[in-house]
Amino acid sequence: MSVQNTTTSRRRLALRLPDRSAATERLSKYLLIAFLLALPAAFAISDLVHGGNLQRIGENLTQGLSNGLIWALIAVGYTLVYGIIGLINFAHGNVFMIGSLVTAGMLAALGLSTATGTLGILLGLLATLVVSMIACGALNLMIERVGYQPLREAPPLAALITSVGFFFILQNVGLLWFGSTPRSLPDLIGVEKVVFDVGGVAVHRADLFAIVTTVPVILAVAAFIGRSRLGKAMRATSQDRVAARLMGINVDVTVALAFLLGGLLAGAAGLVYALYETTVWFFQGFQAGLLGFTAAVMGGVGNLWGAVLGGLIIGCIQQISDNRIGSEWTPAIVFAYLIAIMVFRPRGLIGEATREAG
Amino acid sequence: MTALAGSLVRGLAHPTAAVRRGLTIAAIAAAVLAPLLFDPASGWLDNAVVALAYVIMALGLNVVVGFAGLLDLGYVAFFALGALSVGWFMSSFYADANVHVLVAGNIGHLPGVHLNFLLVLVVAAAICALAGVVIGLPTLRLRGDYIAIVTLAFGEIIRVFAVNGRTIHLFGPNAPLTNGDQGITPLDQLQLPGLAAFTPFDLRPWYWLGLALTLLVLFVVTRLRDSRIGRAWVAIREDEVAASSMGVPLVRTKLTAYTIGGAIGGVAGAFLASYLNTVSSDQFALSFSIFVLAMVILGGIGSIRGVVLGAVLLAFVNNRLIPDVLNNVPHSLGLDFDLVSLGFGIFGFLLVIMMVLRPEGLLPDRRHRLELQETETDPATQGAVR
Repeated sequence: MSVQNTTTSRRRLALRLPDRSAATERLSKYLLIAFLLALPAAFAISDLVHGGNLQRIGENLTQGLSNGLIWALIAVGYTLVYGIIGLINFAHGNVFMIGSLVTAGMLAALGLSTATGTLGILLGLLATLVVSMIACGALNLMIERVGYQPLREAPPLAALITSVGFFFILQNVGLLWFGSTPRSLPDLIGVEKVVFDVGGVAVHRADLFAIVTTVPVILAVAAFIGRSRLGKAMRATSQDRVAARLMGINVDVTVALAFLLGGLLAGAAGLVYALYETTVWFFQGFQAGLLGFTAAVMGGVGNLWGAVLGGLIIGCIQQISDNRIGSEWTPAIVFAYLIAIMVFRPRGLIGEATREAG
Repeated sequence: MTALAGSLVRGLAHPTAAVRRGLTIAAIAAAVLAPLLFDPASGWLDNAVVALAYVIMALGLNVVVGFAGLLDLGYVAFFALGALSVGWFMSSFYADANVHVLVAGNIGHLPGVHLNFLLVLVVAAAICALAGVVIGLPTLRLRGDYIAIVTLAFGEIIRVFAVNGRTIHLFGPNAPLTNGDQGITPLDQLQLPGLAAFTPFDLRPWYWLGLALTLLVLFVVTRLRDSRIGRAWVAIREDEVAASSMGVPLVRTKLTAYTIGGAIGGVAGAFLASYLNTVSSDQFALSFSIFVLAMVILGGIGSIRGVVLGAVLLAFVNNRLIPDVLNNVPHSLGLDFDLVSLGFGIFGFLLVIMMVLRPEGLLPDRRHRLELQETETDPATQGAVR
């Protein structure tokens, strides 16, 4: 019997082993939601008791949601690839980082600064967005072609290890390109300017920018996967690769497409992040990658809307932790959430959309 | 040339029993006597001591990744806990305490907690074994790639605690958990019977201590591999469901792998920290876990000889080749960058090349190689589902 076949049967069986009833499933879901709400709820109550209003937690959540949209873009990249070939594409966080660096490079090349007119900034940003998305999409395609495609039939850990390898290679590319210190960018969008406020909760331009850029991109990808012929092929491949191939779907092209889409999203996320934070750094991909992955897992790996939901939740947790507990503790808190989800509900909030969820 | 190298590798991979024993004894004798050829404070000896620590660590990780097939990306956690045990129990860091156990000379008069190094080794191994259970428990039900992420998360959590340890006071205001990136330093000078003083000017005692620990760990992992528990690990690695239906207790077997791998990592961490004479949070980055994993993969996952070779090679690449030999190459080519900062990019490159060209490693484990060959030749696999 071949290794691959035993792996498959093991996976399927192992997932059936903890035979839980629907009631326990639902209970674990509600417990997870309660667990996720615990942090914002605790601070909301303490705000009410001490300050008498919910202004601060409201701002935390607004910024958390807009920040979370960036993580959502990254998380969708993880989830697309995982859904189709069952690989955690570890390098993805640093593809995003390269997107930010490309953005910084483009802004410098175009000579955009705060003195440029609004139309100039808009057109420049649009051009930068296109370049950054294409660069990251091509990069992700190349990584797939060099590192993962030859290992399609190899043991599952092999591709994971090459992805770790690419993670470090890209990080070093970033280090060589931009040096070891964070570089600040011109504040083109006026990050701190308040656009409007709702009941004392200010919505800044950065928040609006993140929403205006990321939401259409996410909707476009969702429509592509849901409506188009290629998207249908992607969904078929993620359900059953052999059956898809028998139906005449070119599996290699479909897998490459998932990487291309993931890369395009990472490029967009890189641009939004660069303008939102107004600094870029070769090391930013590490935390972003882990946050994005946590978001994907939280929603249920392989599930597009789950990844978006996970991204928004992670954004809020991160923002609250940064603002209230201290940013030096944020990684530990996010990872503690990740471990808790893994232990109590490995399928995530919405559930895996792959056949392995069985 | 390639054929010769190939037959050499094959000959080394499948020696007869007598040849194998002879080679082992000769290798040990050579390893024991080697430092007498070098100046007691030479750079080579320094590299060798660090390499021995890496060998121990890689052997420990090999128990988890190679034998039991549980991909651990947070192995640095055990290095951290082993190193911190040395910081806690072998320095004047906790100056309010006054504990001295089996220490002589002026260390006996210093404030702080001062235990004998051998005791600290036991404590480090115990702490790390416990941590192994804590890290292992949540991963029991998870698939391979999820295990990787959970262990990575644990490694990062421990690093965050090490970084922020100065603000955590569990045992009183003057007793923080760690000293953050400033490091707990200096650590006590080791005192072991039969060896000269452990000073930076004579590295031979360090080398022999490291060699003794390495041989001990080598003995332990070899015996474990050939034991009942070793076979149980392999069975789980190959097919979890089949193993459990044959009566292999999954939970206990997996946890044993984490415990033993962790304890070995703790010993290595304690040794390396006391050699480096500092325990700082900078040492505990994720890249170190990857570094140790690269040793295991380069040598051959699951193969003890391969892992030793991988660790020695990477120690050489990292501590000698890149900083001393190759560092001037970019400058002489007219390029302006520092090759040392590229260390991990080079390792990443190595990982990719290794996996794509030779996924079984330099000196592969026989069983692993059979699997890979079967995968290549078995026609049934060609269209198989992953």
